[in-house]
Amino acid sequence: MRDVAVIGVGCTTFGEKWGSSFRDLFVEAGALALEDAQLSGEKIDAMYVGNMSAGRFIEQEHIGALIADYAGLATHHIPSTRVEAACASGGLAFRQAVIAVASGMEDIVVAAGVEKMTDVEPGASTDMLTGAADREWEGFVGATFPGLYAMIATDYMHRYALTREQLAEVAVKNHYNGARNPIAQFQQEITIDTVLKSTMVAEPLRLFDCSPITDGAAAVIVAPLERAREFTDTPIKVLASAQASDTITLHDRRDISTLDASVVAAQRAFAMAKVKHKDIDLVEVHDCFSIAEICAIEDLGFCKKGEAGKLTADGVTALNGDIPVNTSGGLKACGHPVGATGIKQVFEVVQQLRGEAGKRQISGAEIGMTHNVGGTGATVAVHIFRRV
Amino acid sequence: MSVARFWRKIPQRYNMLGTKCETCGRHFFPPRSFCPDCRRSGKITDYKFAGTGTVVTYTVIHTASEQFEHLTPYVLAIVQLNEGPRMTAQVVCRPDEIKIGMKVKRVFRRIAADGESGVIHYGTKFVPVE
Repeated sequence: MRDVAVIGVGCTTFGEKWGSSFRDLFVEAGALALEDAQLSGEKIDAMYVGNMSAGRFIEQEHIGALIADYAGLATHHIPSTRVEAACASGGLAFRQAVIAVASGMEDIVVAAGVEKMTDVEPGASTDMLTGAADREWEGFVGATFPGLYAMIATDYMHRYALTREQLAEVAVKNHYNGARNPIAQFQQEITIDTVLKSTMVAEPLRLFDCSPITDGAAAVIVAPLERAREFTDTPIKVLASAQASDTITLHDRRDISTLDASVVAAQRAFAMAKVKHKDIDLVEVHDCFSIAEICAIEDLGFCKKGEAGKLTADGVTALNGDIPVNTSGGLKACGHPVGATGIKQVFEVVQQLRGEAGKRQISGAEIGMTHNVGGTGATVAVHIFRRV
Repeated sequence: MSVARFWRKIPQRYNMLGTKCETCGRHFFPPRSFCPDCRRSGKITDYKFAGTGTVVTYTVIHTASEQFEHLTPYVLAIVQLNEGPRMTAQVVCRPDEIKIGMKVKRVFRRIAADGESGVIHYGTKFVPVE
């Protein structure tokens, strides 16, 4: 297997982008990534695109070819493949790109992610997102996506000493980080009170425990590490790429409050990267809901089960803490254009490891990690990166 | 949901018909035709669940998708059936009544409808057992 490096990254701003179409979004992100790598489009050998549900959000399928076409590459006939794993679509697209380069099949590969979510009514998007869980045996009976994570929260709070305020601290911290990220959907700081007084969505989760509906796209370019310096002075090496799956329904899991796929993917990633938890300078985790960040910190092995709430309240996961979590603002504040999220996480980690993260820079960051979850934990992708 | 898609699951949704692996004794609801433990040596037969169980975890849904908006706030739970498998279902009780460990039994209820003139979906909800 060849070593792989990220040589270019690009991301649109995230938000309710009424003026931008699906095509506008991915073309913008792709162009930014190419510019970053000082690469012209005809050098691209292949593309992988993470997208959850263009078929339902904009009634468009066949996204791989569409993106290649609007990227101006139709006449180059490059292989372009859509990858779908609900909210983990981006993470899996990135992994496919890494595998393509590592295998020696391709050299310069784009991994992109895109979702255009605001062209449908909010009620409709809630329903579409339920498709990330089991439509027949969860969605059919009235489960919503926040409802499923709320049941994780209920189970967790029943078994461990997590307070409602500690849970709110996740959102407060992520908004603080988002306020320092120019691409974030929400760039305002909030207080615990903001969270506790927000609309109830699914008990105990309130509006400010939930990631928003977002439009956005992100793209990164990977290449063999040995060629990376042709394109950039700051290549970021992919130390590990791991993926795991679990039952599609939440109710069939071994443990409601543990995402076993996160546990396994993290173990595989740490083994592959040959690094330890204390070596990780920052981690972007999949905080689709506040409780998801609590579970992620534990499932990835940064602390024992039941301790992440206190860790968060004590500031350990803050920008100046021992394990900064979601420096981008996470899904909560940066936004969650479903298929783009996994690629945006890579975008954030690469910026941090290059020292280009501005007001949210973790000083001296060398090793970073991403954690992207599909559904309630049926798919997880974990990647580890190092500045070289 | 199309008529055929709903109709073909009527035995499961109305009567909690699942399956059981005769080789290892594990029960499945919704039914599986392949035992994940015994794999090819498993022998799957139909099994009708008694419909009694215990609440494992729950939530009260305040923001629902369109089909369920008229029910809010409603109680949703994961119920562990006495035979072992777990399922997600609504519990018909007041939001302040629901508790982890609550004993519940199945009832046949209207779940949702496809608009004003579409198919009405019936299925399983649970009620507390005194």
